[in-house]
Amino acid sequence: MPTSLSIDRLRAEIAALEGSGHDAVAGTCPLGVPELDGALPWGGLPLGCLHEIAPVSRSGGVEDGRGIEEGGVEDGAVLGFTASLLGRLGGRRPVLWVAARDDLYAPGLTALGLDPARLLVVRPGPAAQVLWALEEAVRCPALGGVAGEVWNLDFTAARRLHLAARSSGVPVLLLNRGQPCGPAMTRWRVGPDPSVAPPGEGVGPWRWRVELVRCRGRGVGEDGVVSAWMVEWDDETRGFRVAAPAGHRPPMPAPRSRRGLRAAG
Amino acid sequence: MTVAAALAVHPGLTLAPADPAGERALVERLVEWCGHYTPWAAVSEPVEGVAGGGLWLDISGCAHLFGGEEGLLGHLLERLERLGFAARAAAADTPGAAWAWARFGAGMRERLAGLSPGGQRDALASLPVAALRLGPAIAAGLAGLGLKRVGDLYAMPASALGPRFGREVLLRLDQALGLVAEPISPRRPPAPHRLHLAFAEPIARPEDVAEAVRRQLMLLCRRLEQERLGVRRLEVAVFRVDGSWRELAIGTGRANRDPTHLMRLLAEPLSTLDAGFGIEMMRLSASELAPLAIEQGDWDSGAVKAEEADLPRLLDGLGNRLGFRRVVRFAPQPSHQPEEAVRRLPAGAAPPAAVSWPAGRRPLRLFARPEPVEVVAPVPDAPPVMFRWRAHTHRVVRADGAERIAGEWWRRDAPARDHPERDYYVVEDEQGGRFWLFRLGLYGAAPPPRWFIHGVFP
Repeated sequence: MPTSLSIDRLRAEIAALEGSGHDAVAGTCPLGVPELDGALPWGGLPLGCLHEIAPVSRSGGVEDGRGIEEGGVEDGAVLGFTASLLGRLGGRRPVLWVAARDDLYAPGLTALGLDPARLLVVRPGPAAQVLWALEEAVRCPALGGVAGEVWNLDFTAARRLHLAARSSGVPVLLLNRGQPCGPAMTRWRVGPDPSVAPPGEGVGPWRWRVELVRCRGRGVGEDGVVSAWMVEWDDETRGFRVAAPAGHRPPMPAPRSRRGLRAAG
Repeated sequence: MTVAAALAVHPGLTLAPADPAGERALVERLVEWCGHYTPWAAVSEPVEGVAGGGLWLDISGCAHLFGGEEGLLGHLLERLERLGFAARAAAADTPGAAWAWARFGAGMRERLAGLSPGGQRDALASLPVAALRLGPAIAAGLAGLGLKRVGDLYAMPASALGPRFGREVLLRLDQALGLVAEPISPRRPPAPHRLHLAFAEPIARPEDVAEAVRRQLMLLCRRLEQERLGVRRLEVAVFRVDGSWRELAIGTGRANRDPTHLMRLLAEPLSTLDAGFGIEMMRLSASELAPLAIEQGDWDSGAVKAEEADLPRLLDGLGNRLGFRRVVRFAPQPSHQPEEAVRRLPAGAAPPAAVSWPAGRRPLRLFARPEPVEVVAPVPDAPPVMFRWRAHTHRVVRADGAERIAGEWWRRDAPARDHPERDYYVVEDEQGGRFWLFRLGLYGAAPPPRWFIHGVFP
């Protein structure tokens, strides 16, 4: 059919212009989880571009500004997801993390497959310096990947980062706690989920709810996400696996306010 | 005297092998030490057949600072004695006469009298010919002719001595008597790695300034290459025509002598440099240096080398703008205390080879200061069922623990010396938030236990 043919051609042209097509990607890094890799049109996380990872707040939506100032440290799940992705990127090459707080703990990163011997950390500072450091790092082809914790990245800055990443081939993971930024190739939302273990066993393997909210070349489903999974961290393989497709979980009870707590001790 | 003969005379003798290189190094250090008497000090070369090392000090114009020549010699000998040296000193008009008197003079602290050449001549006359810094062969030859004292040589015509013993006897005699000048070449301190550049006309354009810095840098780097050194800190000072001056500095994570790299680091501070009415002089100094071996690249690995060089370039760029303390890598530190198990190294440092991180579940964020939490927990020791932190109440659904981490009682400066043990729990609330809590102290003990949150898990 001529119409569908021309639409396909148009799509390819647009993809080439946008730099999201298969040819434009500098390479891919498989996530090692067939379900996640299958959902990405490149068969893995494309290199040389921006990826956004956002936390899911306790109420289910994206965290608001207050959350970051007051309870911004309860972001273990999204931090863990970012660290495990960064650990997979770049083989043995060093990776750089531009941190927002000075309390990243190396033994915890090791357990998520991010070897501290490869990790360089830029300790927190003013927002302008964070952006500058990110851009400087992205331009350095000796790095395997760059992660940065940002807050409300403006479009121009994001675009600059994206272009720098394209020219150097270094992938950027933006742990973005603010509004989504435009040029990202993929956008993820990660939140914690109660672990599963037999009764009396204590805390089971880490479980996260991972949503692929946006992905170039893939449409968004009716629930507003491309795909969603419940993933579980496997300490043996140093990788995560899909525990259950998300959505089959009974809705979480809303946290009740508890007054009149009796303090212990 | 042989060792056997010496031991026969005194059986309790301590024997040590000769160490000429070590002695030489010691004497050279003493020369530096003599710098507070005179800047003009040198090692006197040893002469065969004469024991002991020696120093030469040109004290012209310095002696009055120590109360004259006598005072200076006294001061010098006293301090040398305190350092453990047996020393003799003499002052004379010529180095040769001082050398002779210090070694063959009649007694300690003897100052060769007479500033007039005649006095010197008389004083030297009674000394043996070996005092003229002649080797034992020449001294023996002179003795064979009956010339045993320096004074015996005074009457000898040059034509009689020259053909038999060569020029040396006459030269040394003339040097001792001051008829031939004998300059002392002082030991110079190593030249600082500093370059000055004065301009015929003041320069002000940023491109000119950058070009001037670049040329200086090339010279400096070439010199550093010969000396196998690299820059850790580089300072550029510019002196403006109005008498004011500015200084800018850069640092590097690892020693470096690549002019392109250093120039790139300098580009940013140079861009903000205000030339004022013009710069008339510039000074480039490498204030911190570190050894750096010459690297020989493979003939076909240009591209790989270029990529390897990218990382130090990035780290230096970040370090100079943000401060080197802000660009770090983590290294393990042997400690059971979670907050002391990690230390931060400069990012430029080599990653530790054998890495062993503490086993057990460790959080992703570890708070620098554990934060107090209000807790509902069964006594005496069980994980909490509920805790309140930062205005949020968390109902604990699952918990692991306790992991008891005892204080490091063997360390005098251990931070938790007063509260020796902590019981750590991994807890999970009903929404899947996972936290690391600990209880400080025990129920029933004198200070009631308190609960803290120390980190968050993925």
